[in-house]
Amino acid sequence: MALLDVEHLSISFGGLHAVDDFSVSIEKGQLYGLIGPNGAGKTTVFNLLTGVYAPDEGFIRLDGTDITRLKTIEINQAGIARTFQNIRLFKELSVLDNVKVGLHNKFHYSTVEGLLRMPRYFKMENQMNERAMELLKVFDLDRQADYLASNLPYGKQRKLEIARALATDPKLLLLDEPAAGMNPNETGELMETIRFVRDHFDMTILLIEHDMKLVSGICEKLTVLTSAVYYVRATPRRSSTIRKSSPHIWVNKTGYDIGGITCHYWRYMI
Amino acid sequence: MKKLKLNKHLQDNLITIGIVVVGYILVMIFSATGLLSNLLQGLLVPLCAYIILAVSLNLTVGILGELSLGHAGFMCVGAFTSAFFSRCTENTITFAPLRFLIALLIGAACAALVGFLIGMPVLRLKGDYLAIVTLAFGEIIKNIVNVLFIGKDSNGFHFSMKDSLSLNMEADGDVIINGAQGITGTPKDSNFTIGVILIILTLLIVLNLIHSRDGRAIMSIRDNLIAAESVGIHITKYKLMAFTSSASLAGVAGVLYSHNLNSLMATPKNFGYNMSIMILVFVVLGGIGNIRGSVIAAVILTLLPELLRGLNDYRMLIYSVVLIVMMLYNWAPNMIAIRKRFANRFNKKKEVS
Ligand SMILES: Nc1ncnc2c1ncn2[C@@H]1O[C@H](COP(=O)(O)OP(=O)(O)O)[C@@H](O)[C@H]1O
Ligand SMILES: [Mg+2]
Repeated sequence: MALLDVEHLSISFGGLHAVDDFSVSIEKGQLYGLIGPNGAGKTTVFNLLTGVYAPDEGFIRLDGTDITRLKTIEINQAGIARTFQNIRLFKELSVLDNVKVGLHNKFHYSTVEGLLRMPRYFKMENQMNERAMELLKVFDLDRQADYLASNLPYGKQRKLEIARALATDPKLLLLDEPAAGMNPNETGELMETIRFVRDHFDMTILLIEHDMKLVSGICEKLTVLTSAVYYVRATPRRSSTIRKSSPHIWVNKTGYDIGGITCHYWRYMI
Repeated sequence: MKKLKLNKHLQDNLITIGIVVVGYILVMIFSATGLLSNLLQGLLVPLCAYIILAVSLNLTVGILGELSLGHAGFMCVGAFTSAFFSRCTENTITFAPLRFLIALLIGAACAALVGFLIGMPVLRLKGDYLAIVTLAFGEIIKNIVNVLFIGKDSNGFHFSMKDSLSLNMEADGDVIINGAQGITGTPKDSNFTIGVILIILTLLIVLNLIHSRDGRAIMSIRDNLIAAESVGIHITKYKLMAFTSSASLAGVAGVLYSHNLNSLMATPKNFGYNMSIMILVFVVLGGIGNIRGSVIAAVILTLLPELLRGLNDYRMLIYSVVLIVMMLYNWAPNMIAIRKRFANRFNKKKEVS
């Protein structure tokens, strides 16, 4: 059975069909790529998977359980963690604390135990520190544990985001353009790290990239998303489609036959 | 390394509390040697209340990252509920410390309850709605107290929103809350020492909260709500926890304040908008999110106008210069850079040695 099973996922914002009939099936331990041009709806797929938006249609199954309309925090607890295309760190917190927020639901002590600094507070905080430092070490961030997250260089901020996501102990890790804004050197190193994470943590990873070459280097399987589609009501009887990337071509709703591309989603196997 | 981390927080907290203790000892020495004017002497307990208020408001503004413009309203709730209790039980609970302790719990609980009821609907919304709602709340609560009449006689409690006559009490009736005249005759159960103890308690609560699992969750929401949600942080729960605690501590400040006054009235000056803004000024000038800064700013900005009284005409001039200097020190980009450099140099030295 696949770890992640997505079927016929669709959402539209007004007239814009950002994601239209998207299906994917990811096996445990796979490193899966999702590519496509800007505006194809890749990030929106992540937002649907993590409950930021509820889909208009379709369902999502993780490890056999339906998680389609769960809230973001429930989905995280069910086992999906993510990073963001535009880095979203806790800027005023230390690097260590960023990861410790990720550990929030894994190590418990009550508010009172924290306020009164009871033994359990120290025990749990020490365990959290240990675990967080382990994770930071994987990403070569352990020596910057005391830095404010916002003081890290860009490449390291991306890595910290991955470390924070891993801290929630997910089954599936979603990475949204992890190499964006990195130079070729950093990108190469990051890809190595991602591979290491997959092997070391036995992780299943779904990765967004818009650079095809880069993704084919490490992904075993990938799905290509073409541009989002506008459905525009032209006459009451006939609705028409306009491809977002080429707003001057009007085609019939039922056909996606434009310039030789014959299907909406096509799967590319390596 | 991780041990060091825990110790560093501890050290920071100890310095903050140390400053309060040293301040207390200094005041005691001045007081014993007669160097303290009557005016200053009278300002000590309100000062303690302001410090608690500033620290508690910093929990909302600096740690939770929400703006509250009606913090004096929570103080008002704490002040009136606790004074009402003490006034009623003055003759039944004769042991003052016990009476004050219960009053303290009642004031804190009532303020917390009101904070919870306000925060519950408002903190679910994204945006600066809390500022608007708390602003309105601060004004409303003050106006309600001003038309509230509660009396007690042999038949029990009487309640009215019109005047004291419509309470219809027996001859032995005693008007406890008398509308705009407020509560008179609250036992004077608080003093400067109790005030300082409450400051230290507040500091311990707030600082320990910040450096705990819950505090991290609260600050993560402040820094990035969407990311916090994505790692499983319960947004509404932690927003409410921070805001309710903050309101509760403001209530504690109110209890302290009201048990130092023979006659407690809700005026714009003590519980209104002016007060809320004054506390916000303490927080902003002391540094948003900087608890120690709030304490120091509250002390300087409360005492300065009084200390400068002798200078008459120049008083407000110097006061405003101090305001500007504090603002620059805390917020000017160049000043922040310089402070960071010094901090780094200091840290490096420590590492070497
Ligand atoms: N909340 C939203 N409201 C309206 N339009 C949206 C929203 N989120 C995404 N979109 C639109 O959906 C399309 C797909 O966006 P996105 O998923 O970010 O693309 P990608 O990540 O592939 O570059 C874009 O045209 C974008 O403007
Ligand atoms: Mg995107």
